[in-house]
Amino acid sequence: MVILLSLKNCFQLHYGLKIPAAGFRCSANTGLIIQSVSSDIYQNLAVEDWVHDNMTLEDRHVLFMWRNSPTVVIGRHQNPWQECNLKIMREKNIKLARRRSGGGTVYHDLGNINLTFFTSKKKYERMENLKLVVRALKALRPQFDVRATERYDLLLNGNFKISGTAAKLGRTVAYHHCTLLCNADRFLLSSVLKSPYKGIKSNATPSMPALVKNLFEEDPSLTCEIVMDAIAAEYARCHKIDHCITLINPGDETVFPGINMKTKELQTWDWIYGKTPKFSIRTCFNMVYKQSLLEVKVDIQVKHGRIEACNIDLPEQWLPPAMCSELEKNLTGSKLCPSETAALASTLLRVCPQNYELHSKWSLLCETVMTLM
Amino acid sequence: MATVRALRSCSRTAGRLICVHHIRSCTSVRFIKSKYMSIFDKSAFKFSHQHRLFRTSTISNGQIVQFKLSDIGEGITEVTVKEWYVKEGDSVSQFDSICEVQSDKASVTITSRYDGIIRKLHYNLDEIAYVGKPLVDIETDVLKAVSSEEDVVETPAVSHEEQTHQEIKGHKTLATPAVRRLAMENNIKLSEVVGTGKDNRILKEDILNYLAKQTGAILPPSPKPEIIPPLPKPETVPPAPKDRGTKIAIPISKPIVFAGKDKTEAVTGFHKAMVKTMTAALQIPHFGYCDEIDLTQLVQLREELKPVAQARGVKVSFMPFFIKSSSLSTYLGTCMYGHYMLPDVLSFCPLLFPLGDKSIKRALSAASLGLLHYPILNASVDENCQSITYKASHNIGVAMDTEQGLIVPNVKNVQVCSVFDIASELNRLQTLGSSGQLGTNDLTGGTFTLSNIGTIGGTYAKPVILPPEVAIGALGKIQVLPRFNGKGEVFKAQIMNVSWSADHRIIDGATMARFSNLWKSYLENPASMLVDLK
Repeated sequence: MVILLSLKNCFQLHYGLKIPAAGFRCSANTGLIIQSVSSDIYQNLAVEDWVHDNMTLEDRHVLFMWRNSPTVVIGRHQNPWQECNLKIMREKNIKLARRRSGGGTVYHDLGNINLTFFTSKKKYERMENLKLVVRALKALRPQFDVRATERYDLLLNGNFKISGTAAKLGRTVAYHHCTLLCNADRFLLSSVLKSPYKGIKSNATPSMPALVKNLFEEDPSLTCEIVMDAIAAEYARCHKIDHCITLINPGDETVFPGINMKTKELQTWDWIYGKTPKFSIRTCFNMVYKQSLLEVKVDIQVKHGRIEACNIDLPEQWLPPAMCSELEKNLTGSKLCPSETAALASTLLRVCPQNYELHSKWSLLCETVMTLM
Repeated sequence: MATVRALRSCSRTAGRLICVHHIRSCTSVRFIKSKYMSIFDKSAFKFSHQHRLFRTSTISNGQIVQFKLSDIGEGITEVTVKEWYVKEGDSVSQFDSICEVQSDKASVTITSRYDGIIRKLHYNLDEIAYVGKPLVDIETDVLKAVSSEEDVVETPAVSHEEQTHQEIKGHKTLATPAVRRLAMENNIKLSEVVGTGKDNRILKEDILNYLAKQTGAILPPSPKPEIIPPLPKPETVPPAPKDRGTKIAIPISKPIVFAGKDKTEAVTGFHKAMVKTMTAALQIPHFGYCDEIDLTQLVQLREELKPVAQARGVKVSFMPFFIKSSSLSTYLGTCMYGHYMLPDVLSFCPLLFPLGDKSIKRALSAASLGLLHYPILNASVDENCQSITYKASHNIGVAMDTEQGLIVPNVKNVQVCSVFDIASELNRLQTLGSSGQLGTNDLTGGTFTLSNIGTIGGTYAKPVILPPEVAIGALGKIQVLPRFNGKGEVFKAQIMNVSWSADHRIIDGATMARFSNLWKSYLENPASMLVDLK
């Protein structure tokens, strides 16, 4: 049973979230189920942040259900260059987001359900939450073989991953969120979660690739709405609350004061790319120039998503050494970003001697270096 | 005996008065960060219990406390340190984030239990940290540290709250043990005090303010709950003017405290490259030439073209017309420039009139036409200005505002492109530009640039030439203005301003003016373009 929020309810929700004793349509004293109307990853992640920072959850639990438009979400301490194919993502307009919880990289689209279980820090129990999801799925389709693993994954038929988990613990509030593959684009998922970048050496948390399957493939009659409703029903039963889902708008400042600032912060380059732990790229290229093969060695140190140090080894005299060192010097401090590098390289070319051969060599070198980004 | 008692009471009173004076200064100073302590009256140090209220940066009178990594839950005993938010020597407040640790897909933010200065970090990045072992050493004041120790309970089931909570009327009241003690001693209910700290935490000042309101005086924080009579008005307040019978309240001016800090960052990446290019650009002796263009006829033409363009899936703005006119303006009229290739006007005519539609024939953008007449504007000089190269291709750059800043992709070979070709190429460049996918090929090789700053705003501008080019044009916004026609009647005209800049070493004012006039005439009367084509 889904209740559409009227403006009046919006304010009730606001006060309900802040002051536990305030009157609320659903029995907010022990539990609350909310569902986002937005499919924007940044807005939805901001809701998690908001609840984490603003709610006191001594004895209460909140379940938050959300789905996003095509996005790749990396864990707090991960390296996007190591985890996904940024080139394909740019071409297909697939967003990239970094969440605040740990764990690995996931692909989201409207066929992938996200569930966030908010509790107080002492009530933080991931296995219990996963068992709840398993019970819900079993109640829906008893023939399904779904079980939780020690790594907090959910496996279908013993070997297909249908859910991955991550968690965030703050001072008083903790949340555990997981995905649930209902009807996602598996083909796109596998192509986007494969990094083409070679030579990366990093201490960032790596993802564990796994075989995945959609619930839809087991039973085509299942839709995301049916699954979400089943989970909400099981949650309501568990926490002895009414089975009613409150729809929320993550863009509404009156219900979530300060949320738009959180949304903006999650969209900044400094958060998404800049929070990547220090890493290095060391690789060798073969460039083709006028029927000859040239070997280029590149060594780049990256910190906070920016090039801290850069060394490009070219065949002798192929490019004037002054130009090569000019490129290295300008790349230092620059973002590890192909559009930034293209803009930088073409701007530098303006003050170089106007020579067609020199220009084409320079462009070739820059395009080659850009493939690393 | 009496004298002793009198003396004692005297000193007590004296002590208390001094106490009060220092409390007042203390409480006002407490709101400012400890670094301003250097201006504070040093006599406060005489009173040991005052030390609780402040710290100085020079005198360290606190002790080093080892802040242990508290329990994470789920029986986890070790975590990996992923990010430090503080370094040794930083000052932290209670609840500030210290570091981020990760354990088995759970990311945990560790916050400080104390106010103090970080003296030692026990782990480096990516090292394993153990629950129950020291994480950081914080130098903090003795009293607070001692009182806070009570909170450390090692049972896994209980979450480690740094403060004790009071549940009153279903509303949590946050306060440190010291504050709670003070409230209890003064018989104050915490629920009645307004907290001004983080999360509505009640601070010592809040208790003092509450007490001040109750008694109309400022009380010392000492355990003695005696009330001191209200102090006399400070002498700094000037006396009220005598000629008025009524008292005028004179506000005491507070010094305006602005806590903002300057932020310095290095110039890097694309901006660094722009510094180099623009420095070189301003070595070129620029001259400017401005004019206004009546686009009324062109506006009408574009309206007629819209459905045709839509059918083809191409968005046609004014830019394709401006670009093409610039290119066409280069026509071998004068014999000043001898030896370069003549673009064959006849050969590209079919390309210029793809559909045979009259309105499209009229819609030839003047820029390319202009460059055909005045090829010097599509040229390039070498560093020492010793030779000029007349470029055969009209690669007209279009300034684009993106995340990086101002970048200039160019449309290649405009001299052989139709208006639709230019329009679809512009669409492609705009799409790539907004998604950050422009490559070096699109961004290099430009010979002439147009900047449509008018889409953002402005009328006249002073554009800077982008080397190695020799000319640039900035287009202002289209405004509806009253103008006189040939019959002396006022009509509504769509006016746009153009500001050209050119390299005065090789281009003179007359050339620029003639180019601009030709460009202007093509746009004001699209039919005139037809006349000049063979």
